[in-house]
Amino acid sequence: MTGLRLGEFCQARSGDKADVANVAVFAPTDATYELLREQLTADRVAAHLAPLVQGEVTRYEAPNVRALNFLCRRALGGGGPRTLRSDILGKTLGPNVLRMSVEVPDELAADLVLLRPPARR
Amino acid sequence: MALRIGAAQGFSGDDLRGAREVVDDGVDYICCEALAEFTLTAMHRERQHDERAGYARDVGAVAEIALPAVAKGEARLITNAGALNPLGARQAVAGVARELGVEGLRVGVVLGAELTGRLDELVASGADLRHADIGEPLDSLDGVEFAAAYLGAYPVAEALAEGADVVISGRIADTSVFMAPAIHEFGVARDDWKQLGRLAVMGHLLECSAQVSGGNFSGRWWEVPGLDAVGFPIAEVEETADFVVTKPRGSGGLVSVDTVKEQLLYEVGDPTRYLTPDVVADMTSPSLRDAGPDRVRVTGAVGTPATDTYKVILSRPAGWSAAVGITYTWPNALDKARAAKEILDRRLERAGAAPLESWVEYVGAGALFGVDDAACDPPEVVLRYAVRCRTAEETGALFQERMGGLAATGPPGSAASGMGTSAPSPVSEIWPALVAKDLIDPHVRVVVEDLA
Repeated sequence: MTGLRLGEFCQARSGDKADVANVAVFAPTDATYELLREQLTADRVAAHLAPLVQGEVTRYEAPNVRALNFLCRRALGGGGPRTLRSDILGKTLGPNVLRMSVEVPDELAADLVLLRPPARR
Repeated sequence: MALRIGAAQGFSGDDLRGAREVVDDGVDYICCEALAEFTLTAMHRERQHDERAGYARDVGAVAEIALPAVAKGEARLITNAGALNPLGARQAVAGVARELGVEGLRVGVVLGAELTGRLDELVASGADLRHADIGEPLDSLDGVEFAAAYLGAYPVAEALAEGADVVISGRIADTSVFMAPAIHEFGVARDDWKQLGRLAVMGHLLECSAQVSGGNFSGRWWEVPGLDAVGFPIAEVEETADFVVTKPRGSGGLVSVDTVKEQLLYEVGDPTRYLTPDVVADMTSPSLRDAGPDRVRVTGAVGTPATDTYKVILSRPAGWSAAVGITYTWPNALDKARAAKEILDRRLERAGAAPLESWVEYVGAGALFGVDDAACDPPEVVLRYAVRCRTAEETGALFQERMGGLAATGPPGSAASGMGTSAPSPVSEIWPALVAKDLIDPHVRVVVEDLA
């Protein structure tokens, strides 16, 4: 088993509606989607986001795009027009969840195409 | 031939270059989603100072780009830029038509989305204004600045059926702006949940312009060509309401399954029940397939019956906010920023300011992740201190403190230009609610007239 951060191989996008945010995490393959379904629970995401998300976190599944969608309540410091945060639209919650790690079997980890930009000169 | 629906705006202030490319590429409908919760609040403030304002100001610039194609009969323009003053937006578009020498334009206006003057009557009629997200009842209508319902696509389709070349509305739901052309062209029945479900998926994919075509893309973003000028999306919709998402030939950006799927779930809660005024769409139902360079085919989506309520937002004043930002340097940048924060705490207290809330970020040390990485020793840290107070004067106290020279009187070695600083400004809070369609529909009017 290898501990891998989601940002190494998953996509994520987050958005806002009033004080509610969603974070969708996309797995690249069926096998990695299964890992996410097993390991990326709503409780884990809620604990990870706790400093920013004060309300309940619910998890939904969208298997057609191999995604888990987390709906986060009381997530944006009061919501768009009044929040004091520098991220007024909740767009950084996605990358935030990508910091979380999952345990990936070695043979699966060896096959993953990692999301790493080429080094800048 | 498929119906080509182009997204020329995903918000007011969007890149006009994107609109120009969509129009030049040749589309049947030029659709603009101009409103955000933010935008409506901004429109309200403008209207407070000038009763002729209250619509998205760049509707004129968009009209300038779109009207030549509309005048030639090549395309029609649909926009919800009317915001809180659709007739004002109509006037602005009429002014542009005159300047361009475009004659004989038929303009439709959809009225009735704004509920500001109707709230007492709505409550008396039994409207339930409890908070749509947390279920709390609304204690009072006092102080409500404005209110608006998110109407659906059918009033716009009605205007198109009456021959409108341009349709301007107030608050129409984002998806509905893009659905209306297909509903009109294909004669989609109000209870054809399958077709409407597909069209809602299409509208949702287009409503944030470049976010589906390479912008804000978390995948291999470094491989997206032309990120400086991402092409806005175009949907090629078939009569089955299956469709292809693409973008103007030669434009920047990327349309791939990976870029499109991110937008599919953007701002979505339960993906099997994406609520729009026209239909409840199931975002887990469509399949996405690459169909050539910058083309993704989206098929097989379904929907279920629309609910009997419209989403409504009420806006109430929530005081004033301001923020100051000061950048501290190594060594011990985070310690310096923390010390400066405490100085500001004490000075605010001495100035008699009692913030309703405050939010402190140490940018560079984990602020955006809500963590405070005490172990890190970054080259610099920005202290961003934001407050919300009852009055402008109280927030002004914080603002004055920075102006008053924390750079010279506080911890050493700061860049004082004020990164992240914003002057005191009034803020509002949005209260979402669900109101029975029966209470709103009778007040919706569609007015289609030839421009004089």
